[in-house]
Amino acid sequence: MPEHRQPSQMVGLVDAVDPPYLAPAYRSTVLRAPSRPPLPLAGDATEQAGPEARLLLAGRAHSGEAAADLTRQHAGPPLGERIAVHGRVLDASGRPVAGTLVEIWQANAGGRYAHALDQHPAPLDPNFSGAGWCLTDDAGAYRFVTIKPGAYPWKNHDNAWRPAHVHVSVLGRSFDQRLVTQMYFPGDPLLEYDPIWNAIPDRAARARLVSSFDLSRTVPDWALAFRFDITLGGQEATP
Amino acid sequence: MSAGRTPAQTIGPFFAVALPWPDGPRVVAEETPGAIRIEGRVLDGIAGPVPDALVETWQRTPRGIRGFGRCPTDADGRWTIVTLKPEASPRGGADSAGCGPPEAPHIAVSVFARGLLKRVVTRIYFDDEAAANAGDPVLASIADPAARRTLIAERMPDGYRFDIRLQGGGETVFFDV
Repeated sequence: MPEHRQPSQMVGLVDAVDPPYLAPAYRSTVLRAPSRPPLPLAGDATEQAGPEARLLLAGRAHSGEAAADLTRQHAGPPLGERIAVHGRVLDASGRPVAGTLVEIWQANAGGRYAHALDQHPAPLDPNFSGAGWCLTDDAGAYRFVTIKPGAYPWKNHDNAWRPAHVHVSVLGRSFDQRLVTQMYFPGDPLLEYDPIWNAIPDRAARARLVSSFDLSRTVPDWALAFRFDITLGGQEATP
Repeated sequence: MSAGRTPAQTIGPFFAVALPWPDGPRVVAEETPGAIRIEGRVLDGIAGPVPDALVETWQRTPRGIRGFGRCPTDADGRWTIVTLKPEASPRGGADSAGCGPPEAPHIAVSVFARGLLKRVVTRIYFDDEAAANAGDPVLASIADPAARRTLIAERMPDGYRFDIRLQGGGETVFFDV
C-alpha cells in the first residue's frame, strides 16, 4: 500500500536540493519570492524539449578559443591567479549532456565585476571582462581558463562578504534541465557566513557547489585546476 | 542515479556581463512574416520594477529553428521578445508521448533575478485563442480564473503584453518543472 500523505503535507514539501524562494537572510528574496508554491504542470511536452545550443552562438562577444579562455580576451593578461575550471555536465540518470552551452561570469581578482553597477572600490582590470562560454564535448566535458575571482563585500547585512565564486549557466538538452548556479572554492572561510549558499537546505547538496582542487589537471608552470561536475534535473522523456 | 542534482543559485545582479547577446531577444528577425512582439514588465511584491531580471522563452520548433529567446529587463523592468506565435499542438501534447489532450499555443518562460535563488517558470498563452485556451489541460488545471488569467498575454495594437508579477496581488502562476 502506498504511504498515506495528506495534501497539506504535499504542499509544504520542501525540495532539499534547491534553495527555497524565500530565504529572509538573503534580503533580496523578501520582495521577489513568490508567495504561492509552484503548481505541477498538467502537460509538459514543451518543457521536456529545448533549443539546440549551436543556434544560440551567432553574434557573441567572443568566439573560438578566447570564448573559453578568459585570460586571452584582451591585449594583455589579467592580474590574478590563473586557473582552469573544468568538469562534466550529466543528466539526472548520469548520462553526459553533449553539445550543451555552458556560460560563466565572475568578478576579477580584486573582487570587482566589469559591470557599471558594481560600485565596490576595487580596481577594474582592463584585461579582464570576466565572461566566457563553451559547448560540452561528447563526454559532457567543459573547460575554461580564467583567474581566481576575489571575494567582495555586498550590502546584504553588516560586513557581508560573498565567498569567491564563478557564476555558471547551463542550457541543458531540454527546458526543464536549465540551470543557473554558482561554483565555489574549497576551504573558503566565507562560505559558512554566506546566506545564498546556506539557503540550500541539504548540507550534501550545498557541498556539491564547492569545486575540488584537481592537481591532475593543473597546467604545469601555467595554471592551477578546479573540478566542478554538474548534474542537471528534469524528467526527460525516455527516447 | 548519479551523485545528486546540482542546486540552483541566484543569477545575481551582474549577469549582463555574460548572458545577453544582441540577437537574444529576436527569436526571429523582426521582418519575418508573422513575427510578433511580446513585451511586458517583471514586477516585485510592491509592484516595483525588477530592473535586473533575465527573461528566457522557449517554444517547440522544428529542428534547426531556434525557438529560444533571452532578454534582460531594463530600468523599468521591461523585456521584449520577437518571435512567431506557436501553433496549437495538433495531435495533443500534454505528455511527452504526445498522447494527451491538445494544448493551446503557448511559450514556456523562465525568469532569473537577483533575489530569486532559483528561476521561476511560467507559460505565455494568448488572449485571441479563447477556444483553444478553453480546452488546454494546463489552463484547466488552475481552478481560480483570476490566477489563470495571469498566464494569458493581452493583444495590443503592436503585439502582446505579458507582465510577470513575482509576488503579491495578481501574482503570476508559476510551475514546478
